[in-house]
This record gives sequence, structure tokens and C-alpha cells, in this order.
Amino acid sequence: MSASLVTVSYIGAIILFILSLGGLSNPESSRRGNLYGMIGMTIAVLATVFGPSVTMAGLPWIIGAMVVGGSIGLYAARKVQMTQMPELVALMHSLVGLAAMLVGFANYIDPMAVLNLSPAEKAIHEIEVYVGILIGAVTFAGSLIAFGKLAGKIGGKPLLLPGRHFMNLVGLLVVIAFGWQFMQAESVSAGMIALSVMTVIALLFGIHMVMAIGGADMPVVVSMLNSYSGWAAAATGFMLNNDLLIVVGALVGSSGAILSYIMCRAMNRNFISVIAGGFGSGAGKPASKADGETLPAGEVVSISAIETAELLRDAKSVIIVPGYGMAVAQAQHTVYEITKLLREKGINVRFGIHPVAGRMPGHMNVLLAEARVPYDIVMEMDELNADFPDTDVAIVIGANDIVNPAAQDDPGSPIAGMPVLEVWRAKTSIMMKRSMATGYAGVDNPLFYKENNRMLFGDAKKMLEEVLAALKS
Amino acid sequence: MRIGIPAETHAGEKRVATVPEIVEKLVKLGFNVAVESGAGDAANFSDEAYRTAGAEIVEGAAKLWAESDIVFKVTVPTSAEVELMHAGITLIGFIWPAQNPELMQQLAAKKATVLAIDALPRMLSRAQKMDALTSQAGVAGYRAVIEAANVFGRFFNGQITAAGKVPPAKVFIAGAGVAGLAAIGTAAGLGAIVRANDTRAEVADQVKSLGGEFVKVEYEEEGGGGGGYAKVMSEGFQQAQREMYARQAREVDIIITTALIPGRPAPRLITAEMVQSMRPGSDIVDMAAERGGNCELTEPGQVVVKHGVTIVGYTDLNSRLARQSSTLYANNLFRLTEELCKTKDGIINVNMEDDAIRGLTVIKDGEITWPAPAPQLPAAKPAVSPAPAPAAKGHGGGGKPASAGKTAVLFGAIALLFLLIGAYAPPAFLGHFTVFVLACFVGYMVVWNVTPALHTPLMSVTNAISSIIAIGALVQISPPMLSGMDRPDEWIRALAVAGIALTAVNMFGGFAVTRRMLAMFRK
Repeated sequence: MSASLVTVSYIGAIILFILSLGGLSNPESSRRGNLYGMIGMTIAVLATVFGPSVTMAGLPWIIGAMVVGGSIGLYAARKVQMTQMPELVALMHSLVGLAAMLVGFANYIDPMAVLNLSPAEKAIHEIEVYVGILIGAVTFAGSLIAFGKLAGKIGGKPLLLPGRHFMNLVGLLVVIAFGWQFMQAESVSAGMIALSVMTVIALLFGIHMVMAIGGADMPVVVSMLNSYSGWAAAATGFMLNNDLLIVVGALVGSSGAILSYIMCRAMNRNFISVIAGGFGSGAGKPASKADGETLPAGEVVSISAIETAELLRDAKSVIIVPGYGMAVAQAQHTVYEITKLLREKGINVRFGIHPVAGRMPGHMNVLLAEARVPYDIVMEMDELNADFPDTDVAIVIGANDIVNPAAQDDPGSPIAGMPVLEVWRAKTSIMMKRSMATGYAGVDNPLFYKENNRMLFGDAKKMLEEVLAALKS
Repeated sequence: MRIGIPAETHAGEKRVATVPEIVEKLVKLGFNVAVESGAGDAANFSDEAYRTAGAEIVEGAAKLWAESDIVFKVTVPTSAEVELMHAGITLIGFIWPAQNPELMQQLAAKKATVLAIDALPRMLSRAQKMDALTSQAGVAGYRAVIEAANVFGRFFNGQITAAGKVPPAKVFIAGAGVAGLAAIGTAAGLGAIVRANDTRAEVADQVKSLGGEFVKVEYEEEGGGGGGYAKVMSEGFQQAQREMYARQAREVDIIITTALIPGRPAPRLITAEMVQSMRPGSDIVDMAAERGGNCELTEPGQVVVKHGVTIVGYTDLNSRLARQSSTLYANNLFRLTEELCKTKDGIINVNMEDDAIRGLTVIKDGEITWPAPAPQLPAAKPAVSPAPAPAAKGHGGGGKPASAGKTAVLFGAIALLFLLIGAYAPPAFLGHFTVFVLACFVGYMVVWNVTPALHTPLMSVTNAISSIIAIGALVQISPPMLSGMDRPDEWIRALAVAGIALTAVNMFGGFAVTRRMLAMFRK
């Protein structure tokens, strides 16, 4: 296969990748989109393998590595629980980061890469290698920590070292200083020292960055790392003068960046402050509590599963707002059973999804889809907020901050201005929670004390099963 | 402590102050419960049912009053009952202290503690569960419609039958308080066309929510008298209101009146002429009959026919639905008992620091404490300004445009960056750079169109796609060699093979898991 043929294959692959992302605009076209992606990837890999830059001698290695990696990937894809998707995605980001690092190192020790380059081109190439490895290392280490946090292997609380911003700044300066040294290096082995030091610092930076971010900000972190893995691919593309990598990297990078932006907006938080970390620490005790006068008035009225079932049976319109608690309790299937039963009775049941519900963008949608909830009754926050006044019962399952009226009523609240689902406007809202504890933002929720709110205490799954049993009887 | 439930002694009173279901709950709170034999008979609760629920059945009122520490009653106690009371007893029930000053003196002389359920500060939201006035009014409103239907000669709902067309009944409800709203809901539920009016304009939405139509009086005046009650209106308003009632009387089949003003006789809303103007066969249910009636021709406690219109003046609507009224009343008293006995040990504590309990307590240990000072309500919050309108939906370059200054700075910075790149970068780099920038924009446009429901699949598919980095490893594994190159083949191969294996995990795993997820999304 000639170089030109390879290039046109790459263009074909690029088109397919773009179509693949475009297909996700609705669930109908998304399945075909995914197929486009697979075809594009196959074309790109085959064109490269049979192109001029790979000789047949490498084929056994390539096939071997592909088979090993591919089977691990397929196995993981089949076994993963839908509630574990955030972990899987984070782990996969780390793999991209690690691969970008490895490719960078391989490229650096390859003398062929700098053959026939002018000094200016060589300098640019070296910057590309340096930056590529830097991004790869941050992505790798950051994603690994994110995986640990999401999987519960590392505590969700942010780790706040004293002077952490200062430490990050020093790290950055050191990286730049070693970058300079790296550019001056006469030989590969001399440059290697600078490169290794930088890699270690980048890894530490990645760890530190994600350690400092609280559990509630995980959706932002996951999408940010998604973005980084794209930029890592793009940097690798620059390093290898490969447009395919650059384009795909840019697509993935901007996709992740947009997701991070959407997540930040959904929390009314600024991207920089999320990255700087420290939110959702519990140390950020609500400021409004101190002055004492904004303590929520009223009292908490609890309700039993049987009474909940009765309320549901008498309702005409029900909105269910799921949160991370539903994922933790694995309650989505029971939720679906209840939904099915209510819909058979002619009750209008819909789901309201807050953009940051769960631990990654779209987490709740996937869980509900897994439980076979039809996607046309799963609505976005903006589509549904106006309908709450006409709703008889709104059930909140394992969510807290995303339904907190303080975000609208209390300008002093740490979550003031965050868009929330206005469940309190429904005739009755039922809050399903294990206890009166605050959400990740550490903010008291005045919803509990509203007179049309009822609390259903207990494990979400157990309670919902009781509700289901009561509905059936 | 021992709670006693005497049989009600007022003529025609069928309610009872607690029901077996609540007895069980009271026992759980640690109380002994004694019920006078036959107390629940009129409301269809047998002695046996009380006994099964854990109550003791006591013969005779005298014994019951003598042995009880607390007595639950429905109606105002009679002098005979007061005589039975011993010092230190606690009485809970309707008292109406304003209307019954003599009774208050008698009770005080008995050194009793009296909680008047009618004196509950209704504005406290947590008091709602104890609000017996509301629960009883709701039952009465329901029953009023049933009484109206009983004497009305037609269907409520419109029907088209083989035997001809039946028009729906038109019902007008005067006063949209608790009773009025219950009546609206009941009448609408039976299929009638329901209209309602109230001097408090803010109830219009509540009327609509129950399926009624709010009829306005064409006169500007606000009639809220605080605490959810109405007040006396000005002469001009009353004139306009009379005209409106006269118009409604000519049009509707049934009028149900519920208008009451605290501490005053019921307002006269329906005059004799209005009754005369109604169609024969129409009827009026006057829920204010006990306080003189809203209709001029009402005879309290009686059903009369005047000018061909049946006027129902029952004053015992609650007793006509005794089982339901008693159950709700018992629930109200149970909630109150819970408040009085927070320790759940069967001992009540009349905590005068508590706003709700302070309001209810009209006599404390023989000392008249009525009327209570107005409870400290949280200052009415200024109407919450509506949340800022959500910014135009953000898909595709949404949100507010950034300020001009910020935009200029951003453009300047980008221009400077481009200038630097243009000045120093070699042409080959610029080609790639062009591709990069354009690809960022394509990605931006494409990704904004992704529906939020598919954000997780988006992440996993971009993850799969970013395994394109494999290409970088592939080209390093065994490139065509130029002779005489000194290349650390082993090292590079090891790194590249590892890279391929890692990305292959993503490549296959990412697409496979995306496929699995997307397959789950169904209509």
C-alpha cells in the first residue's frame, strides 16, 4: 500500500470518526455511529499495518499485542456492571495516557525520528515529545487515582496538602526548567535524565491534582481526563507528523472539554475552582449555618413504604429523580418495575436527570437504560422543571444537592445559583435517603423541612422493593 | 398515664374522639386507654374493636372521668361533664373559649388543664397535622355535596344516553375555605360544572386545581383576614358581591354556602329573592346554618322547601359521616399527643415554650391562659423572586455572549500566539497545526449536538477512538530500516508492543462497552 493510499484511508477513517460522534445526537442513530467508529478504527489500523511504515517483520508482534489487549478489553466490556462505568472509563483513560507516554519515550530513543530535520524542526519535535509525555503522564496518574476514588479503593474526601497551589506552581517551574535542559541535551542519554525527572513530576502532579478533588466533582474530573487523553493523542500526532492522530486527538479533546464545561455549568462552578480542588470536603461547612438565622424552619415528616405506594397509586403524574444513591444501592431495576406497574395503571411517570447526577456525565441515563426504562420518558432537567407544579408526586432516590432549594432561595448557600430540579413544587415530594446526612456539598437541605415533603428513610433498594410489594398487593 | 374516651353526650352527635386504629398507636406511645362502653357505636366502632386494639372498656361516664388523667372529647363539654372532672385532669377537645366564657370559668375552677383543639395556631406549618378544624371541615364539605345530590332530582354529570341527553348539574360554592374546597373537589368528581367564589382572591388557583371555575367579584378589595380566615368586606364590595350571587342563583342548580367569619354571625349571601329566582327543583346546602346561615331562608337543623327550592340546613354534617370524621379527628389528637409526649413514655408534658402547644392550652392547672400571645412567626419572606430565567438552552454556542472586553483580550492573546507560531515554526508544523485547529472546531460543533442522555456512551466511544494512539506505536515497531542506522530496536519494540497492547484494550473494550450500552437505550 502506497503512502498516498494510506493517507486517503486515514481521511476516510477521520470522516467515519466524525460521523460516529455525530451519531450520538440521538439514541436511534447512535448504534450506527458506534459501527462507523469501529469501521474507521479498523481502516486506520489496517492501513497503517499494511502501509509503508511497517514491515512484515513486526506483524507477529502486532498481532500478539492486539490479541492480548483486545481480549482483556472485550472481557472487561462484557463483565462490567453499568454502575461501574465511571471506574471503567477512568481506567481506560489511564491506559491512553500510559500508551502516550510509552510512544513518546519510544519515539525519543528512535534516531530515525529526527533524521534529516533542520535545527528548528528538531527543536519543535523535541518540544512535542516533551509535551506529549507530560500530558500522557498527567492523564495516566490522574485517571488511576480517579479510578481508585470511583471504585472506593481511595477515600472520596479531597486530600488538601498545605500550600498545594504553591507546590503545583513549583512543579510547573521545575518542568519548564528541565524542558530547557532537555532541549539543550547533546545526546539521547543526557536528555533522558531531564525527561525522566519531568515524567516523575508529571505523575506526582496528576496524583495530587485528582486527590485534591472531592467526590461530587467527579463528573468534571472524569470528563476532564477524557479531554486530556485526547490532547495526549493529539500531541503524539504532532510528534509523529500524523494528521489522523492530530484530528482524532482534537475531536476527543474538545469533546471532553465540552463535557467538563457542561458539568461545571450544571454545578454553577468555575472550571478553575474545580481543578483547584477542595470542594465537597466537609471542611466547607455551610457558612449560612454559623449565623443561625437561616436554619431551615419546620419539621421533618417521615413516611412509610406503604404510604408511599398509596400516594403513587393515587397520583396522575409522577416524576422520579435518581441520584448516585440509586447507583450505589443498585436500585434501578426495582425502579423500573415500579415504573412499569404505574404506567400500566395509566399514571404518567417520567424521570428527571440532573446533568451531574451520578459520577460521570450521563451516568443515570445508562443505568436507567440498563434497567430497560424507555429513553423517551427520561428527561433533562430543563425539559422537566416547568412541569413540577402539575406533578402529584416527585420521588428523589439517593440524591440531595441537585434538588436543594437553597440553591435558588439562599444566596449565602455554597451551592447558590446551581441549577436544581424543583421537586418541591410538586404536590408532594418524597425524599428517599438513608439518613438526614448532607450531600457531598456538605450543605443542609431545606427541602427536608418543606411541608409538602416526606422522608422515606432506609436503603433505596430495600425501600423501593417494599413500595413495589405494596403496589402489587 | 391513662387516656379516657367518654361517649359524646350532645344530642345527635355521633362522633367519637378516638378510633381503634389510633388506640393501638396511643398504647405504643406508652399510654393506657379506657373507652366508655358504647362510645363508638354511633360511628360503627364496637367495644370489641376497641378492646382488640388494647383499650379497656369502662361502664359509665362517671367511672371513666374519675379514673382518667387525660380525656379526649369531640364536642364542648356539658356542665354535667365538667362536674365529673377531678382536679389535675387534662381535657383535650373543642372548647371555643371565646363563645363559652362561663364554661372556661367552670373548667378553671376544677383546676384542670385544657387544650382547645380549636385554638390551634393554624399558621404554624407543623400544626397542620393537628388541625381538627380543617379535617372536620373537609368531611363536612364532602357531606354537603352528598346531601345536595340526595335532594337534587337529576344526575350531576352530563350524559348522552339512548333515552336522551342529560345536561350536567351546575354547582356554585360560596366560600373556598377547607370545606368549600372539599365540596368543589367532590362535586367536580361527580361530574358537575363547579363554580366558586371567595373574598380572598389568592384561593383562585386552589379552586382551579380542584376542577372548579373561580368567579370573581368585579370590585377591587383584598379579603384575607390573616390566618387563612376571611374578614368583613366594604359596602361597595358587598354590593358587587350581591349582584354576582344574584346572577349565579339564576344560572345554577345547586348552591353550597360555606362562608364564615370568625367570631361573627354568618354573612347573609343568599336573599329570599335570589332563592325565588332559582329554578324549581334546585337546592341549597347551607353549611353555615349553625351560625345563622348564609341564606336568609335557612332553618338550622332542618330541610325546608321554599319557592320550590330545597334548603338543607343540617348542622351535624360531621355526624352524618361519623366514621370518617372520627378517624380524622382521632388522628389529629394522636399527632397532638405525640407532640405532648416526645419521650414516648406515656407521660405528657404541656410545654408552654412550644408555640403550637402554647396556643392550644387555654387553661393550665386552673389558670386561664387564653388568648395566647400571637406566635412568633418567621417574618414573611418577600416573595421569592423567580429564579433567573435559564439562559437560552446551551446547545450549540448557547449562553450569554461574553463581554466585548473579554472577547477582545481573548482574541488578542490568540493573535499573539499565532504570530509567535507563524514567526518561528517551520512550514511542516504549520500544516499539522491547521489540521489541529480545524479539528478542534469540528469536534466542538459535533459534540454540542450530542444529547445529554448519551454522555456516558460519548465518553466511552471517545475513549475507544483515542486508542488511535496505537498508530503511533504501530509505526515504530518495525519501520523499514535505512542501512547504517544505530537504533535501539529491542527497547523501542518493547515500548511499542506494550503501547499496542494497552491501546488494544481500549480499542476493543471501548467499542464493545459502548455497543452494549447503546443497545440498552430503547423506546
